[in-house]
Amino acid sequence: MDATAIISIFVLAVFIGFEVVSKVSSTLHTPLMSGANAIHGVILVGAIIVADHSTTNLELGLAVAAIVLATINMVGGFVVTDRMLEMFKGKKK
Amino acid sequence: MSRMFYDLVGLSAGICFILALKGLSHPRTARRGNLIGALGATIATIVVFFFVTKPKDGSAAHALPLNNLGWILGAMAIGLAIGVPAARKVQMTQMPQLVALFNGAGGGAAALVAIVEYLRLGAGATTAVVIFTVFTVIVGCVSFSGSIITFLKLQELMTTSPVVFPGGRFVIAATFASVLGVGTWVVTAMGTTPLLVLSGLSLLFGVLFVLPVGGADVPIVISLLNAFTGLAVAASGYVLDSVLLIIAGTLVGASGTILTRLMAEAMGRSLFGTLFGAFTAKPQEASGATENRSVRSGSPADVAILLNYARRVVIVPGFGLAVAQAQHTVRELADLMIAKGIDVAYGIHPVAGRMPGHMNVLLAEASVPYDQLVEMDEINPTFGQTDVAIVIGANDVVNPAAKTTPGCPIYGMPILEVSNAANIIFLKRSMRPGFAGIENELLYDPKTMMLFGDAKASLTKVVSALKDI
Repeated sequence: MDATAIISIFVLAVFIGFEVVSKVSSTLHTPLMSGANAIHGVILVGAIIVADHSTTNLELGLAVAAIVLATINMVGGFVVTDRMLEMFKGKKK
Repeated sequence: MSRMFYDLVGLSAGICFILALKGLSHPRTARRGNLIGALGATIATIVVFFFVTKPKDGSAAHALPLNNLGWILGAMAIGLAIGVPAARKVQMTQMPQLVALFNGAGGGAAALVAIVEYLRLGAGATTAVVIFTVFTVIVGCVSFSGSIITFLKLQELMTTSPVVFPGGRFVIAATFASVLGVGTWVVTAMGTTPLLVLSGLSLLFGVLFVLPVGGADVPIVISLLNAFTGLAVAASGYVLDSVLLIIAGTLVGASGTILTRLMAEAMGRSLFGTLFGAFTAKPQEASGATENRSVRSGSPADVAILLNYARRVVIVPGFGLAVAQAQHTVRELADLMIAKGIDVAYGIHPVAGRMPGHMNVLLAEASVPYDQLVEMDEINPTFGQTDVAIVIGANDVVNPAAKTTPGCPIYGMPILEVSNAANIIFLKRSMRPGFAGIENELLYDPKTMMLFGDAKASLTKVVSALKDI
């Protein structure tokens, strides 16, 4: 991918990231942080790619560790966020 | 699967993440938003098994299936076996530190991903790839070790007050300079040793960076490290030529930065002050005078009588309520008072507990009606007409030192002005100061009555005493 395309994607994503969370009530700060935390667990995709690329035992060992950590981050993150938000259920009258 | 299809699937996962963040920003759509995010992550994880990416050193991509498939699936199974039960079983009180740990895991994973790709590419890596590798390793390692320190602080496995040592700021500055220096070394020399040194120094910097942060500011730092991990993921996306990682990482980096600022604002802190204020923190002045002062301690029956004749009562919950799991009991007390015609409201400080919104979550669990939860700005003017303010396991968020003592760690933080109420009742386990480690003058106020003990046990006694009146 060429540099211009990457910079464009990066800059647009920055603006979207700023835009979507600009007004959030403090009630939702913790779940939002937790949800964003789960989203960066998608580094799992990167960990799987490097595990595929690995040629030596050292590389594979580190890649496997990365997969374990990334899976914990992603799956645990979404589950714990859901548990937090579950508490808000039934609040609507 | 063609590269184009693969990238388009990556894009749709990216859109899911945007919708997820958008949804999470509004109470009504929050839960759905989280599920959309999980959907995006699932799609992205499935599709990666059906496309072999070409490494950046120009070697040809092999045919499906992925190499080391058994290892990959096994590692994911281990991750699931650790992550899911941890997230399911965690107590509401310990959720913040779990989020910190998850964030550290993500940061560590990003750093490892960059390191593995670097080892593999060797001399085949372009300068641009190495620069992004160095960035990912630094930021990922800082996030990893920093998150572990925040975990230790929140779990109270180490002191929660700022750790400041003589010359600390010079050590931090020197470490940061060496991180940058070694980073440059990695880019120019391209060796394994420099990269290992860089990882070690970055881990050290993460520790030094978080140590001076005081307990009450830890949530802000978790949010900041969360944004850091996002940026590390975005940079690793460049190394691996993955549009999805760039989009997802940047989104989290940007929204995380905004969220960190919002949190800091809710606490009345400048972000800069939070991160660097502790560098200049002086040791707490010894408050010898307070030791001999007397406090007024009451019995549950005294509290019940006070409540029975009140017209308006404001309940101020804090971390002690969460620890004692007293949310159901406090609701019982509130219902009882409402039945007696007393006007009851909950005064919610935005950062009461260990994280913003902690109290809302906790009280929502006990199905406290939403309209009884009043935010700080709205409740503060009403304390003047309040007969009794019951502070349950909160301390720092009502501490007048935030207004009166310049230089104390919480100075400038907006507080709930319970001192304006006619009577104040503190439910506390002991006279021990709050999370920020600051003495609270309000405890010695003549209109304050202390009710010592576990919040749940005390409240249960108050409830039965109130029923008997």
